[in-house]
Amino acid sequence: MRGSPFSDRNTKTSDKTTINVTDGTLIPLKDEGALLSAWNISFFGAIALLILLPILSPDPYLRILSFVPDGLVATFSVTLISIFFALLIGLFAGLGRISQKRSINRIATVYVEIIRGIPLLVQLFYIYYALGPLLRLEGPTAAIVAMSICYGAYMAEIFRAGMQAIPRGQMEAALALGMSRSMAMRKIIIPQTIRIILPPIGNEFIALLKDSSLVSILAVSDLLRRGREYASTTFRYFESYTVIALIYLVMTLFFSRLVAMMEEKLRHRGKVH
Amino acid sequence: MEKYIEIIDAVKNFGSVKALQGVSIPVKKGEVVLIIGPSGSGKSTLLRSINRLERLDSGRILIDGESVTDPGADIRHIREEVGMVFQSFNLFPHLTVLDNITLAPICVLKKSKDEAIESARRLLAKVGLSDKEKAWPEQLSGGQQQRVAIARALAMNPKVMLFDEPTSALDPEMIKEVLDVMTELAREGMTMLVVSHEMGFARAAAHRIIFMDAGQIVEEAPPDTFFTSPREERTRKFLEHIL
Repeated sequence: MRGSPFSDRNTKTSDKTTINVTDGTLIPLKDEGALLSAWNISFFGAIALLILLPILSPDPYLRILSFVPDGLVATFSVTLISIFFALLIGLFAGLGRISQKRSINRIATVYVEIIRGIPLLVQLFYIYYALGPLLRLEGPTAAIVAMSICYGAYMAEIFRAGMQAIPRGQMEAALALGMSRSMAMRKIIIPQTIRIILPPIGNEFIALLKDSSLVSILAVSDLLRRGREYASTTFRYFESYTVIALIYLVMTLFFSRLVAMMEEKLRHRGKVH
Repeated sequence: MEKYIEIIDAVKNFGSVKALQGVSIPVKKGEVVLIIGPSGSGKSTLLRSINRLERLDSGRILIDGESVTDPGADIRHIREEVGMVFQSFNLFPHLTVLDNITLAPICVLKKSKDEAIESARRLLAKVGLSDKEKAWPEQLSGGQQQRVAIARALAMNPKVMLFDEPTSALDPEMIKEVLDVMTELAREGMTMLVVSHEMGFARAAAHRIIFMDAGQIVEEAPPDTFFTSPREERTRKFLEHIL
């Protein structure tokens, strides 16, 4: 899963305005030919297999394919709801990380350090089983809570890095115009931050999509669990998990291309207009 | 005329660096004061304390009788009336030229959008950039960006304008277009404090030149006497370097 809290190898700050967090899949940009062709091979290869296998051998592939869509819905719901709350937590924790108020800064930093130091799987167990008697959360709810809290810490670091990448003169110009610090954050700093953190956030989304497979352990009928259910009743382990792997692959590659397109569009905004 | 800005015994240290060591300057309404001095002499720090981008360690600053340095000061209100132009322009890159100028009047002064746009267009005409209102900052040259920055500051209807090395980041051929705007502003009677080494501007528009070194005022005089017969040896040495 994720690195230790002290390792920054996931976060590379190359210069003042671009931050580059590599974690999900490789993001193929238009100008990177080799990577783009690797993406094409993987993406269209996976799609071709998902079409050909059920045609060539409907039993079991077509059956598997018709068995797993509920899981897909669960996987997406858990991912989307978690990313929403993770962004919310991340924004406030990130603001806390750069806060000049020492107590707020301390709380936010301790949160980030603790959460980044504990594997997501352990956090899932902790909220579902260890705090189960106390919180009494259903499997899906516990999964969303754990993933939001976990990814919130990673998002916080992205927000922090993004906000710190904005030149100090931007805040000074806003203050000099009579804006309050919070208005300057809302009108000047955060809009510019979002522009540079969208790619890393897209990356986190892809990572979260993959990590959401962990929630199958908490009795959540996600994509992986549906595959396992099919496999355990039919003993078609190879075929079931092949289909599951291909579906994950298509999804993550699709989203990584989407992130790349978004990045290209953002890069050009402000130049062509 | 009475004192409009009063800087009284301003002291500021950055760690062991003594940026300001007891600087006092009175500025009259409509006066244009040019502050010059070698880098590290404290001139930018002084300018930035006037709208409290830097906080003084001791001393007081009053603008039109209102204290800037008092801990309970309504600093946001004071900043509304003190325009500032920076060396690095600091336009907001995610907003068009027009939005750069109208943002603060709309959000801070609560002007209506139409009213803000109308006055922004008037200011853009004044700085000679009427055709650029839809442009993004990065599409403009440095000189154009700085003129937009001046228009943005003027849109707040300030009583005082602070210029922190407004032409230092510009290519030589763009300096004039910015100085022309500043000279025009000075003629209209704006109270201005300018940190700059532009001697042409000093001769054309400044009422008084203050030479600072090592956090202290070394000498001050009207431009003609300042350039022709400086009293202090340090001033003479410095002038030899920049003239």
